[in-house]
Amino acid sequence: MDNFITSLLGENILTFVLVTIPIIVFVALFALYAVLGERKISAWIQNRVGPNRVGKGGMFQTLIDGLKLIQKEFVSPLRADKYIFNLAPIIVFTASFMGFAVIPFSSIFIGADLNLGLFYFFAITSLGVIGLMIAGWSSNNKYSLYGAVRSISQIVSYEIPTALAAIPVVMLAGSLSMQTIINEQAGGILNWYIFGGPGTVSKFILFPFMLTSAVILFVSTLAETNRTPFDIVEADSEIVAGVHIEYSGMKFAMFFFAEYAQMFAVAAIVSTLFLGGWQSPFGDLIPALNNPWVQFGWSISKALILVFIQIWLRWTLPRLRVDQLMTVCWKYLIPITLINLFIVGLYAVL
Amino acid sequence: MKSYFKNIYQTLSSIMAGMKITFSHIPQKSVTIQYPEQRLQLPERERNRIFVNMDDCIGCDQCAKACPVSCIEIETFKAVPGDIVGKTGVTSNGKKKALFVPKFTIDFAKCCFCQLCVFPCPTDCIYMTDVFEYSVFKRDGLIYEFSDMTPEMTIEKKKKLAEYQAEQERKKAEAQTSKASTPKEESQEKIVQIELKPKTEEQKNENKTES
Repeated sequence: MDNFITSLLGENILTFVLVTIPIIVFVALFALYAVLGERKISAWIQNRVGPNRVGKGGMFQTLIDGLKLIQKEFVSPLRADKYIFNLAPIIVFTASFMGFAVIPFSSIFIGADLNLGLFYFFAITSLGVIGLMIAGWSSNNKYSLYGAVRSISQIVSYEIPTALAAIPVVMLAGSLSMQTIINEQAGGILNWYIFGGPGTVSKFILFPFMLTSAVILFVSTLAETNRTPFDIVEADSEIVAGVHIEYSGMKFAMFFFAEYAQMFAVAAIVSTLFLGGWQSPFGDLIPALNNPWVQFGWSISKALILVFIQIWLRWTLPRLRVDQLMTVCWKYLIPITLINLFIVGLYAVL
Repeated sequence: MKSYFKNIYQTLSSIMAGMKITFSHIPQKSVTIQYPEQRLQLPERERNRIFVNMDDCIGCDQCAKACPVSCIEIETFKAVPGDIVGKTGVTSNGKKKALFVPKFTIDFAKCCFCQLCVFPCPTDCIYMTDVFEYSVFKRDGLIYEFSDMTPEMTIEKKKKLAEYQAEQERKKAEAQTSKASTPKEESQEKIVQIELKPKTEEQKNENKTES
């Protein structure tokens, strides 16, 4: 069974709703607190204090911000294509939320354990590009359009290294199903795919190649979520927030939520593929830590560490130029992932 | 080909170096001064809101004359001899006060904080404080009244002065009528003596203001 709720209540509409609710609550809470975390971490990096007025240490700051955004007026520009304009944030948010269907939180909790889970994830997250594109087009604003053009060129380019960096793991695991990939990595930290996955000592030959793949997957998913240093899509200083420019209130909040939800989703995917997902790093040494309920903690904390690295990177690096962005993708990431793919494939065949 | 790998190495190493620096800032103490609760110590010669210590003010009008934007307005009238101005009638550095000051206002909307009013003051009663938070919603609120005289007191003292002056006039007239007689010089001298006491102080002040 995919998760404990369906195994308890059987497969019907009600249970599907019950499975969705905890995920959507989690995503909303995560988005709220990731925004706060981002503001706090950026403040610490810049020797500032960060939000500290609302609640203890500013803990309700983003909640209040969200409330403010909710009670704002729904504004659509006069010359905008209103129908599509209002549809865009929904598409973007839905696309990023749909990715959560295949994210394994625990061995007993995953939205849907598709046998093409990874493929589904990459397909669905790139659906968000359509949302960004129609947002940029329908806003009837030159900066929005620039943002949309940039986002398409960026996300379409970075789809390739993302998929190519994930394939070595698929070759070793022999499956695209998330739960199968994680089950393969059972038995402690050394069996994670970043160290070459399960197998004899000879698997450690793969370590440098898997590490490269993990880094490339992390970098290219970073580009797909439009975060610094790949945020030419939003680029506040050049095109004044790109596709977001005409959006306000809740519509803007949905773009924002989608971005942070996607941050978590890609972090969870990287941790699933290379860091053992919900597997305890101690393997079978301490069986209590591999309890299905503790596994929630492992999967979420691994993803949160990666989210922290995303935030940390954002406040370290400046934005890439458009040509540099394309250079990184086509001249560096793609050739390296192809070589990686070849070597890991050779190992898998032998 | 060589530069290709060199680029990769340089990129990765520079990212690592940058991330190391940013991470080292996370545990550091913030440099923010959270203003209403924490305050920077102001410098010794700060220029902020002006305060006038009316106990020491002799109403010499020198500050108002020095002011380049005319934001100080002072009204004065003479005190009757023997009357005590303020609480003691004497400033803290021993000068006698001879003028009542019913109005001493400073309009801080006009004030340019040049501190030129502070130096000419003979009794050091006008000076800069460290108060800089006094915003108000209406401009009238920025006109500060420093005089400690109530309107009733002003009326009373003015009446007294008028009476005294009338008496003086009468005495003068009397002296004029008995010009031919011999004791007139004595009486004139008497008047001068009475007048001398407050006048010396006044004359001094007047000389100062002119200079």
